[in-house]
Amino acid sequence: MSTFEPGGGQASIASVTDRVRAVAIGAPASAVHFLGERAGSVGAEENISFVDAEGDISRVAVHGGGILCAVSDGKRIVTGGDDGKVMAVDANGEITQLAQDAKRRWIDNVALHPDGACAWSVGKTAFVHNGRNEEKFFEVSSTVGGLAFAPKGLRLAIAHYGGATLWFPNMAANAEFLEWAGSHLGVTFSPDNKFLVTAMHEPALHGWRLADNRHMRMSGYPGRVKSLSWSAGGKFLATSGADVVIMWPFASKDGPMGKEPAMLAPLQARVAVVACHPKQDILACGYSDGTVLMVRLEDGAEILVRRNGTPPVVALGWNAKGTLLAFADEEGNAGILPL
Amino acid sequence: MAEASKIPVTVLTGYLGAGKTTLLNRILSENHGKKYAVIVNEFGEIGIDNDLIIGADEEVFEMNNGCVCCTVRGDLVRIMEGLMKRKGRFDAIIVETTGLADPAPVAQTFFVDEDVQKNARLDAVVTVADAKWLAERLKDAPEAKNQIAFADVIVLNKTDLVSKGELSEVEARIRGINPYARLHRTERCKVKLSDVLERGAFDLDRILDLEPDFLEVDDHDHDHDHHHHGHDHDHHHDHGHGLKHYHDEDMQSLALKTDKPLDPTKFMPWLQNLVATEGQKILRSKGILAFTNDDDRYVFQGVHMMLEGDHQRKWKDGEPRESRLVFIGRELPEQAIRDGFESCITT
Repeated sequence: MSTFEPGGGQASIASVTDRVRAVAIGAPASAVHFLGERAGSVGAEENISFVDAEGDISRVAVHGGGILCAVSDGKRIVTGGDDGKVMAVDANGEITQLAQDAKRRWIDNVALHPDGACAWSVGKTAFVHNGRNEEKFFEVSSTVGGLAFAPKGLRLAIAHYGGATLWFPNMAANAEFLEWAGSHLGVTFSPDNKFLVTAMHEPALHGWRLADNRHMRMSGYPGRVKSLSWSAGGKFLATSGADVVIMWPFASKDGPMGKEPAMLAPLQARVAVVACHPKQDILACGYSDGTVLMVRLEDGAEILVRRNGTPPVVALGWNAKGTLLAFADEEGNAGILPL
Repeated sequence: MAEASKIPVTVLTGYLGAGKTTLLNRILSENHGKKYAVIVNEFGEIGIDNDLIIGADEEVFEMNNGCVCCTVRGDLVRIMEGLMKRKGRFDAIIVETTGLADPAPVAQTFFVDEDVQKNARLDAVVTVADAKWLAERLKDAPEAKNQIAFADVIVLNKTDLVSKGELSEVEARIRGINPYARLHRTERCKVKLSDVLERGAFDLDRILDLEPDFLEVDDHDHDHDHHHHGHDHDHHHDHGHGLKHYHDEDMQSLALKTDKPLDPTKFMPWLQNLVATEGQKILRSKGILAFTNDDDRYVFQGVHMMLEGDHQRKWKDGEPRESRLVFIGRELPEQAIRDGFESCITT
């Protein structure tokens, strides 16, 4: 990770900035998830603002306070708030309360399973609400840093201090503990279900090959990794945290073990968020200086979506078909780009 | 973000029963027009509208760098991240620790975490101490001693429950450990908010005065002495400069001073090596330094192994170019530190 060749100057790259529909949301965002053709910009507080390709906004109030986490399966957006509630919003803007913490404790993490199960965490406890309306919980040794469902079977990965725990909510068997010293704050399964990767409090990722629990250390970042995105088909894991997009190779059975990551789109600013295209080998990345780029994985060719000198980008999202890209920044500006 | 625009964080410590919650309620209920986000360990004891109250788990994590004293509060990292979503809804943050907590991991969280540091700045560690029981706790509870040693401000509470002589005794005990903290004598934590909030104790620009606090006189306390507690007058000679001098057996402070310039090429490696090797014993360190051929004052401060320092400003005309350092810690290797410091003086 120590060397890379800087790409061409920004002046020379292709630009689609004139095709972006700018939208003033008016409140800082924390995530963007598409439901159908509308981008839901999840605010830092209270609302989700849905923006369509024409730039029209409709606002839905989901929490009476800060929105701490958000996740989507394309059919609904599920959020957790500092009001102790887990809320869901569907494509029609219909709001459902999925859970409420009796003590109004913060909902720190949420995750969704393809079959409709939903997980959330409060402090050290992870909860799963399955499609049959049953609720189960599991307590880990320290505060839950992240949650992710495995792509197959009802299995939940819970990241925490000292490692990650794999829990099967429907089975009596003991949970499996994957140990690695340090604080694990985010977690994701590879789409092929073979690897588990956590983002740590220190600027590094940690991975396990689930077949044999072999460790993979992915370090060298100047800053904490807060955004992870699997490329279409799961060949790469794109990550934020450096002034280039760091791409770890996961195509082979050994994953990134003993391999160097690829580095794309170097700028004089920190990559804040990455989002891979759902179908093609393209990714979008947003930077701390406001820049948004689309990058082709094959050759690193860049297209400028938004200029630098704008507020830091905090969220990016693609619609399921990959025909719309949306971004949102720290100061309440958003944009939607039809492709 | 500029230091001044960062949200100030006050850490409130104190042994069980000393009066932390009383002080917290006093801060929150006073008519100051400010809003606080308060991070507490037990819900329910405070209940003030308009303030954000967040429950914490007090999880102390070792940093993954092999250094056992580089501990942080993992839950605080998470809470700060969540709180930053509500920026603009509060003016300051107060972190209340449990009675048995070591303040170091809380303080270190504000030094090592990039995101926390971007948005918030540590303002001061305020320790509430029980005038009646502190002396006992210093004997049997290492946590209580840590909290005194670490403090920037000490609120010596429940002074109405002790005689003047006992008060002098407990103050002397405190001074034997930490002569630099501002000390306020109170009943029911009645202290001016400006004495505990917005202290800037971790602000390098405000490391101006490394003189002990011995001669500071608390005005409102004087009132008590004369009007309410007249019967204590016979002990009055114990007060102020007449303080007995105590030396705590294992926790102490060490002050170094020279009017000769220091050689930065010797001093910096020495200081870094000192905190790397003895950092577990050193709770707090601060210094104002005059380097050879350098017209700027250099200031630094540290918590255990973590140091931060910078050139502060030009030495003023007529200002004595003295270097002063203060260490507060446990079983400090005094002679070795003194010798090391001497060897950094430019000859």
